[in-house]
Parts: sequence; C-alpha cells; structure tokens
Amino acid sequence: MRATRPKAAIAAVAVAALAVAGCAESDREEGSGGSKKDTLVFGVAGDPKVLDPSLASDGESLRVARQVFETLLRAEEGGTKPSPGLAESWTPDSTGTVWTFKLRSGVKFHDGTDFNAEAVCVNFNRWYNAKGLMQSPDVTAYWQDVMGGYAQNESPDLGESLFKSCTVKDPTTVDLAFTRVSSKIPAALMLPSFSIHSPKALEEYKASDVTGTAEDIKYPPYALEHPTGTGPFKFKGWDIANKTLTIERNEDYWGEKAKLKTLIFKTISDENARKQALRSGDIQGYDLVGPADVEPLKGEGFNMLTRPAFNILYLAINQKGNPKLADLKVRQAIAHALNRQALVDSKLPPGGQVAVNFFPDTVEGWNGDVTKYDYNPEKAKQLLAEAGAANLTLRFHYPTEVTRPYMPNPKDLFELLSADLQAVGIKIEPIPLKWSPDYLNATTSGDKHDLHFLGWTGDYGDGYNFIGTFFDRQKDEWGFNNPELFAQFKDADSTADPAARVEKYKGLNKSIMDFLPGVPISHSPPAIVLGKDVTGVTASPLTDERFATAEFKS
Amino acid sequence: MFRFIVRRLLQLIPTLFGLSILLFIWLRRLPGGPETAILGERGTPEMRAEIRRNLGLDEPILVQYGRFVRRMLQLDLGTSTSTKRAVTTEFLERFPGTVELTVTGMIIAIGVGIPLGYLAARKRGRMLDHLSVGGSLIGICIPVFFLAYVLKAIFAENLGWFPASGRQDPTIGATRVTNFFVLDGLMTREWDAAADAVWHLVLPGLALASIPLAIIVRITRASVLEVLNEDFVRTAEAKGLTENTVRRRHVLRNAMLPVVTSIGLLTGGLLSGAVLTETVFAFSGIGAFVADSISQRDYPVLMGFILIIAVVYVLVNLIVDLSYSLIDPRVRVR
Repeated sequence: MRATRPKAAIAAVAVAALAVAGCAESDREEGSGGSKKDTLVFGVAGDPKVLDPSLASDGESLRVARQVFETLLRAEEGGTKPSPGLAESWTPDSTGTVWTFKLRSGVKFHDGTDFNAEAVCVNFNRWYNAKGLMQSPDVTAYWQDVMGGYAQNESPDLGESLFKSCTVKDPTTVDLAFTRVSSKIPAALMLPSFSIHSPKALEEYKASDVTGTAEDIKYPPYALEHPTGTGPFKFKGWDIANKTLTIERNEDYWGEKAKLKTLIFKTISDENARKQALRSGDIQGYDLVGPADVEPLKGEGFNMLTRPAFNILYLAINQKGNPKLADLKVRQAIAHALNRQALVDSKLPPGGQVAVNFFPDTVEGWNGDVTKYDYNPEKAKQLLAEAGAANLTLRFHYPTEVTRPYMPNPKDLFELLSADLQAVGIKIEPIPLKWSPDYLNATTSGDKHDLHFLGWTGDYGDGYNFIGTFFDRQKDEWGFNNPELFAQFKDADSTADPAARVEKYKGLNKSIMDFLPGVPISHSPPAIVLGKDVTGVTASPLTDERFATAEFKS
Repeated sequence: MFRFIVRRLLQLIPTLFGLSILLFIWLRRLPGGPETAILGERGTPEMRAEIRRNLGLDEPILVQYGRFVRRMLQLDLGTSTSTKRAVTTEFLERFPGTVELTVTGMIIAIGVGIPLGYLAARKRGRMLDHLSVGGSLIGICIPVFFLAYVLKAIFAENLGWFPASGRQDPTIGATRVTNFFVLDGLMTREWDAAADAVWHLVLPGLALASIPLAIIVRITRASVLEVLNEDFVRTAEAKGLTENTVRRRHVLRNAMLPVVTSIGLLTGGLLSGAVLTETVFAFSGIGAFVADSISQRDYPVLMGFILIIAVVYVLVNLIVDLSYSLIDPRVRVR
C-alpha cells in the first residue's frame, strides 16, 4: 500500500533526524550545565563590541573587561577615588610628570605568565606606539581622549601625547613619565582601557594587528577570542548566535577568588524584555533598570542597588544661532524659569538631585557657594524684558527612542521644561530627533540648535572629566568663545598638587555658574537589579560593579 | 523546468543591481553617519571627521559605490562599522535563528490555519466558521509586539512554563556546529540542548504565527468555498466517491494553489527578519540586528543583509512556483 503524503513526510523527517543524529562531536565539558547556584546570568542591553578594552569605548565591552582584566589603580569599591589595583602604591616626583608605581608581586596572567614591571611597559608601549588603523579614533578612543596622541601621529588632528615613556626600575617598580602635568593622571589610569594584558598573549594573538583598509577595519584574534588579563574571571566563550558571553572563575587569582563559578552576560536590548526575563528566572540580574520599574521590582523582593549619582543632565544653550542667547540676562532668565525641583521630584528615580554645579557633589571640587538660579518665573520675565527679548522663540531639541543614565525619559523632561519656558513668555519650537545619530549630530555641530538636553556620566573621579570635557575649549554645542574661562581651565589642568587643583575646580565651578553657558539640571542615580537571592555586589557610580564577590544566598 | 530556474536566477542580477543602487543612495541620504553612532556623546568634530575619512565617506558617492560593487563581485560584503566583524559572518551567525523562528511560525500557521480554514468553509455560517473568521480578524489586527508581551507575561512570567528570552539556556553549554540550535543538538546528541532550543521557540513562534495564521485561514476558507461550488466536485460526489476522497483529492488539492502562493510570500516575509518578535524575545536573528544597524548607520551591514534577504526572498518564491506543478500537474512551469 502506498504511504499517504503526510505519513511519507513524517517518515522522511524521522529518517533525516536519525541521519544527522550524532554526526558531529559534542565539545561539552563534563559537569557543564551543573548547579545553577554557582552560575549567574546577567542581562545587559547590548553585545560587547570587542574583548580587548584598549580598543573599546562602549559600556558593555568595558563591563566584561572589568571582570577579566585589572588596571594599575582601581576605583575604591562603590566609589570614584583611586585605590590599589595591580599597583600597591604610586607617587609623583617633584615635577609631577614622573609617577612611580610599586607593583603587586605574585600576580599571574590567565595564561600562566608573570605580571611584572616589564609587562606594564609592554602594554603602555603598545598603546603609545600604535600605528595605522590603531590610531583611528573609533579604535583607541580612550587612549586618544586621555593621552591626546601617539609616538608618531599619523593625523594632523592629533596632538602631542601626554604619555612619554615607561621605565622598568625593578620587577615590581615602574616609572611612567608624562610630557606635562595633567589632571588626568593618575585618575584616568583606572579606566578599563588601561587594563594590563599578558605580553605573551598580545604577541601570540597579534593584538596590535588591526588590519583591513581604513573603511573596512578588522580586529585581530586577540580582541575577539583571546583576552588575557589577571582578573578574578577568565574569558570562556562568546556565543554570538545566542547573544551570550561566558566568563569563568580564575582559580589562580592572586586575591580572594570569585564565589561564582560562571558568569554569563546575556544581551536583551529591550528594557521590558529584561524585566520579564528577570521575573521568569531566565536571568538573575540586569542593568539599566527603567526608573518606573525601580519601586515595583523592589516591592517584589528583588535586590535593587542604587548607584551613587555620578552624572549630570544639563540644558545646553547655544549662543551662536540666536544672538539673544549671547546675552547673559536671557540665559539667566531661562535658568530662573525652570522648575528643576519639580522635574527631579516627578520624573527622576528616587535619590535624584537638582544640580548646582556641572558635576555631582561626590566629586572633589564641587562648590556649593556658586550663583544659584532658583525657580522664579517673575524674575525670569523681568530679565527677559530688560534684555529686550520679550518675544523670544527658541528651537528646543530633545532626543527620542533613548534613555541615558542621566536622562531616563527625555520627552517627559522636555514637556516639563518647555511648559516652564512658555510660562515666562518664551515660544518653543520643539525639535524631536532620533538619538543616534541625528540628535547627537544636530546638537554638537552647526548652529541650528538653541536649547537641547545632553549629559555625561563620569569616566573617573576627577572634576575635569566633567567640566573640562564641556567647557575647556570652543565647541559648537555651546557656541561661545570665552578665552578667560579657557585659560582658567588650562591653569587647573596643569596644577600638579591635587589639593590646589581641587581649589581651582571650585573656582571654575563658580566662573561657570556666573557665565551660565547652560543650566545644570540634575544628577540621577541609575539602578541595577539582582535576583532575590543574589548578594555581595556593591553598586558603583562608575558602573564598576565587581561580580567576583557575588553569590547566591543558600 | 531547468531553463525556467536558470531564467529566474538570471533575473536576480538586474534586481540586485537596481536594489543596490537604490539602497546605496537611500542610506547615504539618511541624516548623520556611523561616526556619530560610534562616538556617542564623546565625539569631537575632529574625531568625527577622522572617522568619516577613515570609512571613505568623504569621497564622491560614485567612487564609494564602485568600491562596493568591486567587492561584491568578489562576494565580499565588507565589515560592519559597529562590530568590526565581516558582514557575512554576522549574517551566518544570525540567519539560522531567523530560519528556526520562521519555520516554527509557519509550522504553527500552516498546521492550524489550513485545517481551520477548511473546516470553516465546510461549516459555513455555523459557529466554527464565525469563530475562525472573527479570530483571524483579531489575529491580523493585534500588534505582534503586544501579543508577544502578553504571551510572555502569562506563560513565562506568571506560569513559568516557557523561557522569556533568547534561543537557548546559556547554562546548558551546548555545542555549536551550524548555529541552527535544534539541528546542532540532534547532530551532537545533546538532546537536552535540542529540546531546550525547541522550548525557546514556542512563544516567539506563536507570536510570529499570529498574522500568517490568520491570513492562511481566510485564504483557505475562501478558496475551499470557491472549489466546493465547482462542477467537478459535484461530479465526483455524484460518482459516489467517499466524502474523504472528494475532500482530499478534489477539494483540498484544487483549493491549495492560492494558499501555497500566500505561504510563499509569508515565508519570504518572515525570513527577512521579524524585528519586533526578535527584539521582544531577545532572539538573535537578522531582524533585530538590521534594526540596530539602521540606528548605528552601519552601511555595510544594511547593504549586505538587505541584498542577501532579497536573494532569499526570490529563492523562496521560486520554490513556491516550482511547487505548483507538484500540487497541480496541469500547471507547467515554463
């Protein structure tokens, strides 16, 4: 009897299944997939871009790097100040340009080789001597940001390198020399991009061979498959097809060993999907918790950690496009028109603060004794009238489809602030733009923007990283030229004595708030959530959470 | 038949050529470029200019296009500007996910849709008919992302029957061979891994199936109704053939042509990536990646993926055309 078609189809599928069964080798390790109590799956918003943090600038790559690699200095746990990392101590010479680092001994890289002064110099020389595509700003972004240039610059846009040389004094002592005194040293050395890699692995996997053509850059094997540091976790595998990256405990770690055996980062780009995955038990924690989810998740018993605010949201005022905005009175009027406290109370997660400076009070140099612009619509109207700007119309840009740690819901913020401005008689032309790249392009170049939101999360605990980034030179974002202010910045940046520099930051904060290039709005504490039975993680203002201490409550 | 296939494949060349020109112009007319996406808040105008120069975006568009065509002829689709990995690698890692999801969605849609549409036609005007027609209307109207969230809220969050995200439980430590996770599990005899991959497909598959299912129900119903009124059906019944034989041999087979056409189009559509379903279920497929690439202005990925998807679409429809002659021997492909 002839088989019917459905039966034939089922039979064909069964035969095919039998034929493929076992035709490939399983490379599964014995005992994998064992106890889930020593494996934590953490939800992140995006895939890491690269595993070599020297080539990374995105948060997800750096999050992985922070577990696998270590830097000479690292931020104190839960804070921003430098504390011992691979270096136990560090001291500048009398000129402030040569720093001596005393290194930890008995530390090994994941490939079994020794960490020592020689290894530190190999790393710094690798960055400093970068050639060709390694000098592209999207490849070595943080080196360029901090050091400004290379041994031999290949682009006229690059400046003189801040880094000068590295000298091995003995196996546990190394000198780093710089071309000038800078506020960035030593704090910037906490950045994961200055992680120390195994010289053997760097060479073996051709870490500096960023190949291809300029428009077709290809990363070397080291950056995609073989990151080798000294951290409490070792890289195990990156399963792009399943959007997961796995690291495992480094059994030979010099310090206290990680409590978890395995840590998996799982990419779930949608915020709601991360929340659902946590509730369903797919993941045991995630970052970038929506402000509206903080209280409900806390109420359900999840372990909600609030990071100390280390960011700033500001309303930028561009003085170039609309001549009225070059008038200080108009800028003061805008500041007085805004009810920032109402915004913080209604739109930011618990713990948000109204900003007084362009950096939070957790950073040294914060100054409470600056000109303050309290909410005063009458005064705003009066200032506008005095400036002859009663019929002012401003183009107000705000981003869509984005949440930033400092800006949870841009559209809501826009609606509140634009209502405040309209209440004092300023007409608002709303310009919503998609965050990347339209919004960033429109607000940081040209002069077609009058008002816009933008902000910053600090890289390390030094005030210059905030205010210097915004105001130490002429920028299209603000459209002003204030040589006196720029000189004041230069003076602060080149002050070697940390205490004296902090005083200069206080002065700078005062000057900035008098000149009022924009209005600092708020500092917003981002949250990170962990499973109900996960403990041992301290929230870090720098998003430098260390999972080595994470464990499941038994 | 052979000539038909060759002719259809040759038609692909001008299609791809035209599409690539349109895409090239369209992508470069989008405001902003990859440099802003790459640098974020941290970019200075100098850094942005440097990246544009590095990526060759400061050159005339014709020069850029010429370079693209030259590379494409060598089957090199370039490197992603955001991940710095080869576009073909990115595609090969993500397309299997989309295929698994599409197959699951279509199995559900066809497996439920054709019988339901057929029964609705047979029981025309009765309760079952009203239910399936009304239900399919809801299936078409209901937004996929909403359905996805609801499915997850009920079956993953509350009941915990199914996973809420991803393609496979990462703690299983499954071996990767082809990146088709179910197939990989079978090939390596990691049965738990295969079962887990199937488990992960259920909810996104259901969400994805909703629209094709509704369409298939309606087309099957309409088509069966039309065939039921044909003379040959009456003749077959008059000949005294059993109801079963009439249904299977005469009604269903003749009613299937429009259904198969719609299945082809729907499958092609799903294969081009289900952006919403993939995003909501954090499912690694090409849809979500293309959506990300648009916001990243990742030109090489967009060019490469859309061109490959076009080829896949044409091939699926070619297969559908060929299958006509299997269903109905009167149809000859020429």
